[in-house]
Amino acid sequence: MKLEIAKTLQKKKKQILELWMQNQLKDESLREDLMSNDELRKESDELLNYLLDSLNDENISNIQSSDFDSLNEMISGISITRARQGFSPKETGYYIFSLREALLQALHKDFKGDVNDLMTVTLQMVKLVDGLAAVTFETFIKGREEVILRQTDEITEISTPVIRVWDGILALPIIGTLDSARTQVVMENLLVEIVASGSSIAILDISGVPAVDSLVAQHLIKTVSATRLMGAECIISGIRPEIAQTVVHLGIDLSNIVTKATLASALRYAFALLKLEVKKSTKSEV
Amino acid sequence: MDRIPILRMGNFLLVTIQVDLYDRLAQNLESDLVQMVSKTGARGVLIDISALSIVDSFMGRIIGNIGSVSKIMDAETVVVGMQPAVAITLIELGLELKGVHTALNVERGMQLLKEKILIEESEPDEE
Repeated sequence: MKLEIAKTLQKKKKQILELWMQNQLKDESLREDLMSNDELRKESDELLNYLLDSLNDENISNIQSSDFDSLNEMISGISITRARQGFSPKETGYYIFSLREALLQALHKDFKGDVNDLMTVTLQMVKLVDGLAAVTFETFIKGREEVILRQTDEITEISTPVIRVWDGILALPIIGTLDSARTQVVMENLLVEIVASGSSIAILDISGVPAVDSLVAQHLIKTVSATRLMGAECIISGIRPEIAQTVVHLGIDLSNIVTKATLASALRYAFALLKLEVKKSTKSEV
Repeated sequence: MDRIPILRMGNFLLVTIQVDLYDRLAQNLESDLVQMVSKTGARGVLIDISALSIVDSFMGRIIGNIGSVSKIMDAETVVVGMQPAVAITLIELGLELKGVHTALNVERGMQLLKEKILIEESEPDEE
């Protein structure tokens, strides 16, 4: 005997939606602060429509079927939006799982005559919703990852300011770990600023860099070389004792780079290069 | 055939690259420049690459070559106005243009050349 699950579900659409909404509303973790009930109902209705429209008796046990592409897309959309709005994974998961409950409740009445039929129907529904839940989780995590990536980008952007400390002298304090991507940003910012300000000296202060390994040193050397190609001099300052030791132990040759202990001494050196002098004024305070 | 003009300014030769360099053009520039250095006895070569936005390893080598050859012919080379992207590309290619001086713009480049030649000329007197 053929079980016409799809058709039964289509007929009971209204009832399923009601059950689903009830299930969602009675859950304590419902986030009314993030999404109003009307919005939730609209979203649920739309999702249910998509599901029932693409569902037929052939593809019911095959969630990978291409019939569900638009449904998956819709679920991904919901999931990503929820990740951005700040829903927790549990809340997002419950949203889908409460649909299963509603589907089973609706089907139960029609198939309760035969235990075997009920079993088959239940299994198929569980499988179907599990497939949907898997998609939800995957895209939810992806949505969260996107948020993290964007924040990382922002941090990179704001953590590399180029400061004009004097006419013709730029300072670039680096705080945090240097990796290839960050060095690239640092280098680009520095070079662009050199052109924009017409500066001839750049001071790279690494007192905020927690550790220097051979890769970081390589990046620093690259930055210095690039600055030289532009026609400016680059000084590295703020090398802490431990870092100096590591650099020497690693056998990195920094001998053709000007290094200074502090930003102050680097600035003094820069003044000397520009033939500037800072003198104590003999005049009384203004 | 296209050639890049080489201008003479007193003791210096001035080259402004205004078009995208292709390999043959660059090679011609190298040989022309060396000929000019020897013919005019120039003491300095200033190459303005501020309009150059794309550079490859070949171009980098040609610029390096010009520097080395001029050095042998007793002329200093200054490359001025390099774009940030070009500088980064050259460094990533591992070309540091040793033996070539660099400056931010033509004005600074000229100043640098003058200083270099002054130092060289004053050296024998000090000895």
